[in-house]
Amino acid sequence: MLDKNQIAQRIARELKDGYYVNLGIGIPTLVANYIPEGITVTLQSENGLLGMGAFPLAGEEDADLINAGKQTITTLPGSAFFDSAMSFGMIRAGKVNLTVLGAMEVSESGDIASWKIPGKLVKGMGGAMDLVASAKNIIVAMMHTNSKGESKLLSKCQLPLTGIKCVKKVVTDLAVIEITDKGFLLLEKAPGVSVEEIKNKTFGKLIVDGDIPDMIFEQ
Amino acid sequence: MRKVYLNGDEAIHDISNGSIIMLGGFGLCGIPENCIAALEKKGTKELTCISNNAGVDDFGIGLLLKKKQLKKMIASYVGENREFERQLLSGELEVELIPQGTLATRCMATGYGMPAIFTPAGVGTEVATGKESRVFNGKEYLLEYAFDADFALVKAWKGDSFGNLIYRETARNFNPLMAMAGKITIAEVEVLVEPGELNPNEIHTPGIYVHRIFQGSNYEKRIEQRTVRN
Repeated sequence: MLDKNQIAQRIARELKDGYYVNLGIGIPTLVANYIPEGITVTLQSENGLLGMGAFPLAGEEDADLINAGKQTITTLPGSAFFDSAMSFGMIRAGKVNLTVLGAMEVSESGDIASWKIPGKLVKGMGGAMDLVASAKNIIVAMMHTNSKGESKLLSKCQLPLTGIKCVKKVVTDLAVIEITDKGFLLLEKAPGVSVEEIKNKTFGKLIVDGDIPDMIFEQ
Repeated sequence: MRKVYLNGDEAIHDISNGSIIMLGGFGLCGIPENCIAALEKKGTKELTCISNNAGVDDFGIGLLLKKKQLKKMIASYVGENREFERQLLSGELEVELIPQGTLATRCMATGYGMPAIFTPAGVGTEVATGKESRVFNGKEYLLEYAFDADFALVKAWKGDSFGNLIYRETARNFNPLMAMAGKITIAEVEVLVEPGELNPNEIHTPGIYVHRIFQGSNYEKRIEQRTVRN
C-alpha cells in the first residue's frame, strides 16, 4: 500500500519533457517534488502563473505571489503572470498537457465527482470543472477507499459530478488503473497488494488482463 | 473629467442598497481592501457580490458577510469561511457557485462587448441545469451570459490619474477582467502617479475602462496560507 508521497512519485513518472502541467490541491501538489531529472516541466497555477517554483524561504514570503491553494510560492527564471481569463483560456484551448487532481469518486466511464457533498459544506468547484472539461490528459490521485472503507471507484458516481467521461487514469494507494471503453483496466498494483484486494475494493467493472506487475519506484 | 478620488469612502459613495458589485482578487490576494472597508463602514446592504471567493471570517468579503450586508454571493470557491457557511445553511444568503474559468470569461465577455460565451465547463453536471447548449466539432458547450454589474471594485499595484493600471504578480488574477466589466469601475492602487510616469508598454488595463481611481492606504495584504521551505 502506498502513502501519499508514493502516489505522487508514481504519477511523476507520467511526466514528459516539455510538458505544461496543472497540479490540483492535496496529493497532486506533491507531484512537484518528484519531477524526474533531465526533463523540463512547467507548472501552471490557475490563479495566473506559469513556471511555479518552490515555497519561499522564511522571511521571503510575498502576499502577491501565491498558488491556487493560496500558499506562498516563488517564481522561476522564465515564469510568466497572466489574468484569470487567459489562465482558463490556455486550459480550454488544450495547451496544458496534463492535469492531476484529487477526487471523491471516479466512475468506470471516467466521470469524476470532487466538489460537493450534499447536506455538508459546499466549498465550490473552483477551477476543477473548467480543467476536467478541457484537459486532454487527466490523472486522478486519490485513496482507493474513503474513510469508511468504501470504494471510491464506482460503476457510477453517487455524488454531484465535476465532469463526465474525462478521467484517463487513476493512481491510488493500491493500484494504477486506466479508464477504458470497457471499464477500469488494472495496469499496476502497489507492492505487497494482491489483485484480489484491489478487486474487492473496486465497486465497478475491473478488468484484470494477465499478470499485473508491481509499480516500480526508482530511487 | 476628474477620475482621481480622495479615498475609498469618496470613491464608493454612490454604491447603494441592492447594488450588484464585482470584486477582484483570488483568495485574499489582490482584493480591494480599502473599498471593502469603506463599504463596511457605509453599511450598504442587500449587495450582490461577484467574486471568486468570499474572503475569510475576519477579512475581505468576510467583513461584509459578518455585517449581513450581502443578499447574494456569486463565486467559484467559498471554503475557509464559517460565517458564510452559516448564512448559506440558514438560507440568509443566496449563493450561486460557478466554475472559475466561466466566472473569469463572463467578466471578459462584458469588457469585450460580447453578450455571451460558450464553454465546456459544467457540461453533464448540475451547473448545466436549465442552460442552453450547443455542439461544436462534436463537443458540447454551455451558453453562459456576460455579467451585468453596477460597479467593479479592483486593486492594482500602480495607476495614473487617467486610470491606467498595472498589476503585480498573481495579484492580477480577476482584477483586469472585472476592471473591464463594471458600468462604473473603481480602482484602488498602492502607487498613484501622474500621466506619463507609467510606461505605456506595460499597462495592463487602459484607463478607458476605469472611472475612478484612488491611492489606497494601510494595506494589510494578509497571507492566507503562509508556506515556507527549510
